[in-house]
Amino acid sequence: MIKDHVSTTINGEPVEFLCDPRQTLLDVLRDELNLTGSKEGCSSGDCGACSVMLDGRVVCSCLVLGAEAEGREVETIEGMAQGETLHPLQRVFLEEAALQCGICTPGFLVAAKALLDRNPDPTETEVRYWLAGNLCRCTGYDKIVRSVLDAAAEMRGK
Amino acid sequence: MDIEAPSYKWVGTRPVRPDGIDKVTGRAMFGADFSLPDMLTGKILRSPHPHARLVSIDVSKAAALRGVKAVATAADIPEIPVDNAFVGDAPTNFRHWSSNVLAREKVLYDGHAVAAVAATSPAIADAALALIEVDYEVLPHVIDVKDAMRDDAPVLHDDLFTAGVEPKPDKPSNVAKRVEFTLGNTEAGFAEADVVVERAFRTKAVHQGYIEPHAVIANTAEDGQSQVWCPSQGHFMIRAACAKLLGIEISQFRVFPAEIGGGFGGKINPYLEPVALLLSRKSGRPVKMVMTRAEVFRATGPTSGAALTVKIGALKDGRIAAAEATLTFEAGAFPGSPVGAGCMTGFAPYDITNVKIVGYDVVSNRPKCCAYRAPGAPIAAYGIESVLDEIAQRLDLDPIDFRLKNAAKEGTKAAYGPQFGKIGCIETLTAAKDHPHYGAPLGPNQGRGVAAGFWFNFAGQASAAVNVNEDGTAIVTYGNPDIGGTRASMAQIAAEVLGIDYDKIRPIVADTSSIGFNDITAGSKTTFTAGLAVHEAAKDVVGQLRERAAKMWDISVDAVVWENGVARPASSNAGDFDPLALADIAAMAGKTGGPISGHASLAATGAGPTFAAHICDVEVDQDTGRITVVRYTAVQDAGRAIHPSYVEGQMQGGVVQGIGWALNEEYIYGSDGRLQNPGFLDYRIPVASDLPMIDTVIVEVPNPNHPYGVRGVGEVPIVPPMAAVTNAVASATGVRMTELPMSPPRLLAALENGS
Amino acid sequence: MVLTNWLNQRFTDGEPEIEVSAGTVRQLIAELDGRFPGIGAELEGGMAVAIDGEIFPDPFLEPIRADSEVFFLPPLEGG
Ligand code: FES
Ligand code: FES
Repeated sequence: MIKDHVSTTINGEPVEFLCDPRQTLLDVLRDELNLTGSKEGCSSGDCGACSVMLDGRVVCSCLVLGAEAEGREVETIEGMAQGETLHPLQRVFLEEAALQCGICTPGFLVAAKALLDRNPDPTETEVRYWLAGNLCRCTGYDKIVRSVLDAAAEMRGK
Repeated sequence: MDIEAPSYKWVGTRPVRPDGIDKVTGRAMFGADFSLPDMLTGKILRSPHPHARLVSIDVSKAAALRGVKAVATAADIPEIPVDNAFVGDAPTNFRHWSSNVLAREKVLYDGHAVAAVAATSPAIADAALALIEVDYEVLPHVIDVKDAMRDDAPVLHDDLFTAGVEPKPDKPSNVAKRVEFTLGNTEAGFAEADVVVERAFRTKAVHQGYIEPHAVIANTAEDGQSQVWCPSQGHFMIRAACAKLLGIEISQFRVFPAEIGGGFGGKINPYLEPVALLLSRKSGRPVKMVMTRAEVFRATGPTSGAALTVKIGALKDGRIAAAEATLTFEAGAFPGSPVGAGCMTGFAPYDITNVKIVGYDVVSNRPKCCAYRAPGAPIAAYGIESVLDEIAQRLDLDPIDFRLKNAAKEGTKAAYGPQFGKIGCIETLTAAKDHPHYGAPLGPNQGRGVAAGFWFNFAGQASAAVNVNEDGTAIVTYGNPDIGGTRASMAQIAAEVLGIDYDKIRPIVADTSSIGFNDITAGSKTTFTAGLAVHEAAKDVVGQLRERAAKMWDISVDAVVWENGVARPASSNAGDFDPLALADIAAMAGKTGGPISGHASLAATGAGPTFAAHICDVEVDQDTGRITVVRYTAVQDAGRAIHPSYVEGQMQGGVVQGIGWALNEEYIYGSDGRLQNPGFLDYRIPVASDLPMIDTVIVEVPNPNHPYGVRGVGEVPIVPPMAAVTNAVASATGVRMTELPMSPPRLLAALENGS
Repeated sequence: MVLTNWLNQRFTDGEPEIEVSAGTVRQLIAELDGRFPGIGAELEGGMAVAIDGEIFPDPFLEPIRADSEVFFLPPLEGG
C-alpha cells in the first residue's frame, strides 16, 4: 500500500508523518507518533476518549483520517500543560478527584478546555450537555462537572 | 483489634493521588499504550453462530499468507480434565475458561473465540482471519433464561447435571445448580401476615462498560520465560490463569500491571492473555492484542439477566412476618452466575424470622457471565426492595420507618445464616431519613423512591513492603492494581504509621516478580486488605527505626518510643537525647545494620459488611415515557473513609451504573441469537446530560477488625439504585415496573395499560 | 455447626444443624466426613464458611470455639 505523506502541526510543533490512507488520526497519533495520551474506547465516535482539537474544534480523532491533518493544527492532551505548569482544568481535576481509573480523563480535559475557550462561564447544564459525548463509567460525572465549573470560576478570577 | 483513637493526621484527608499527574497529562500507560520492538498484531476469529459444533478448522491458507507469523486454535492448548479444573479453592472452573478462551468442539455464543493469528500488521491479521475456514454444524440455540430451563431446550453441555438436587438428575440440562437458604418456617409466617405481596420481575444482562477495552502484550523467549503487560484487576490472577490454561510453571511468567481503565469485575478473568502468550511462543516475537468495542460486548462481561419472584408478608405494625424469593440467573455459556450471592444479600438488611430463598444457575447461548460490582446483589435487591416498597404503601407506613422497624443490627441472624457483628444498617437508614432530600417537596410528574442494599465485603491475601530511602523518604510497594485511587490510600496509611508527610511516600504497584502474592482488586477489598498489609509493613519499619535509634543512643530498644515521626527516649530515665527523625535514622542505616525495610504478608479476614440507603427523585414524561432522575442521595457506611473523595467517587459511580441498569442498558439478541447492540451507540450507558449531581453521605460505623475501622466501599453503591428508581417511578405514576430497563417504550406501554 | 440446605438433603438426611466438636475448620470437615462420607470433598471444594458471623472465603485453619456457630456458604466472588 502506498502511504500518504502528511505535514501538520501537533501541539504547536511542525510534524511530518507517513500514513496508510485508511489510518485514522487516532491511530497515527498513537501508533506512528507515540502520542498515546489520546485513548481508544470505541473507534466509532461514541465515547470521546480520543478527543483532540483540530483547528480549534473538538473532534473524535477516531473519526478523522490521518491524511486529513494535512496543513492543519492538532492539539492533544500532551500539549495541555505548559512546561511544569498544569492547565487549571488538569489541576482542579486532581484536587477534586475527578478521575478514578483515568482512561476517560484526557478526552474530558480536551473537551472541557474547548468549552471554556468559547464559554468561560458555563452553567452546570451547559457543561453536562457539552460533555455528553464523553463517557465515564467510574465517576458518575459529579466530580467531573464540579471540577469544570470550579476551574472555570478560577480562570475567570484571574 | 482495638480501633486507634480517631485523631489522624492523614487518614480521612483528601490529598492529590500520587499517580495523578500522569493521568491528567496523558503520560499514564494503560493496556493498549505499550509497544515493543518487532511486535506483531494478534487478532481473534469469532463465531457468528450462537451454538454450533466445530466440525473442522482449516488454518492452512491463513498460515501461508505473507506476514502471518503464527496461527492458534484450541488444539494448541492442553485440555484441562474435569477433576483438575480448579486452582485451590477459588470458584473459577479452568476447564470452562479454557474452552472460553478458544472454543473446543462447540461454539456456545455469538462472539466465541475460535482461532487467533499474529501478523506483521493489523491489515494482514484481518486478511488472515478471513482465510481461516471453519466448518460449523449449526445447532438450535437458546438465549432466554426461562426458555433454557424448559425440558425441550437445546442442551449446551452434555455433562452438566443440576447440582444441589436430590436425587441427582438422570439427564443433563441447562440448570447448573440449585441453591436454597431457609430460616424458620415461611408458611407459618405468611399465615400470620396481614398483608402479603407477591410479584415477578425480569432484568436484562448488562455489561460492566469499562471504557478501556481489553489489551495485552506478551513476549515469550526461546527458554519459555514470558513477560506480560496488561490491565487487569489482579496480575497475580492473570499469572495463575495463564499458567493453568497453558500448562506452564508460574515461575516462567512475569506479569506487569498496566494502568487499568476500569474493571468493575470484568477484568478478573483471562481472555486475550493466554492467546497472546501462545501466539508469542509460536512466533518467537512480542504479540500485542487489543479488543474492539464490539468484541468487548460480544465476548466479555456481562452480568446475569434474571427472572425472579418475591413474596413478602407483613403484620399491620410493620414487622415482616415471612419472606420468600426465587432467583433464576443467566450464567451465560458456562455455569457460574452470581446467584448464590444474590440469594444471600437480598434480605440481609433485615431481621426476618422466616425466610426461604431458592436460586438457580442456568446456562444459555450468551457470553460467559462474570462479576459486576456486588455480583448478584443489585438484581435481588431490585425485586425485594420493590416489594417492600409496595408493602409499606399498603400499610401506609413511611418506607424508611418500615425498613428501620425490621433493620438488621449486631446479633441479628442474617437470612443467609450467620449472625452479624457490629454493623451500620440502622445508622445508614437513619441518616437517609434525616437528610433534607427526604422531606423536600416534589414537582409535578415527580416521584420519590428509597431502597436499601447490603454487601459482604471480602478480604484476602496481600503482601506489602515499605522501604525507607537514605534521605528519609519511603517507597510503599504493594500488588493490587489501582483502579480508583488506592495508591493514595496506601500512602496515607503509611504516612499515618510512620509519622512522615504523605509527599515523602511513593506507592508503587509492583509486578508479580517483585512482591509476594496478592489477591485481585475486587469485592471491595483493596483498601482493607492491601491497606492492612501496608499498615503492618509500616509498623515493621517503626520497630526497626526504634532499634536503630536504640543503637545510635546505645540504650535498650524498650526505652525508645516512636511518636509523630520521631524516635524519643521513653522517659527521662532512659537518657537525655534529642529526638531522631526518620531521615536522621535513615542517613545512618548503613552504620546501624543496613537498609531499613519492612514487610508484611497476610491473609486478612473481617472486612466487615456494609449497608447503603438511597433516595431517588424522578420526573416522568407522560407523553414519551422518558424517565429523568432529577435528584439522588446515596448514604453508606464506610467504616472509616481513608480518602473521602474516592469513597464519594465510588458511591457516585456505583449509583450511576445502577441508574443505567434501571433505565437504559440491556443486551439485545435477535432471533438468530446474535447480539444486536455491541456498541456504545445502541448499548447506551448514562452520559453527563442524563444526570443530576449525586449527593453522598458517608456514615462511619468503624469496623472492629481494622486499625482505622475501614470497611469495603466499592460495591454496595450499585445495590439499591434499580429499586430506588423503580420505586420513584411508582410514586410518580402509580405504575409498578417489574421489568428492566425501564426504557421509554416499555414505560409508555405500562402507563397505557395501567390507565 | 450449620449446613446450607442443599448439603443437608444430600448428606445429613435433611438435618440442617449438627453438633460437632472441632478446633479448626480443617478438623471440623474431617469430623463431618467421618459421619457423613463424601461431604468432606463437597465442603473442601471451594465453599466459604462463616464462623460466628465472619465470612472466610478460603477456610482451613481458622479456629473454632466450643460455642461457635459455623455456617457453610457457596463460593462467592466480588466485582
Ligand atoms: S475512540 Fe473515538 S469516540 Fe471512542
Ligand atoms: S475515570 Fe474511569 S472511565 Fe472515567
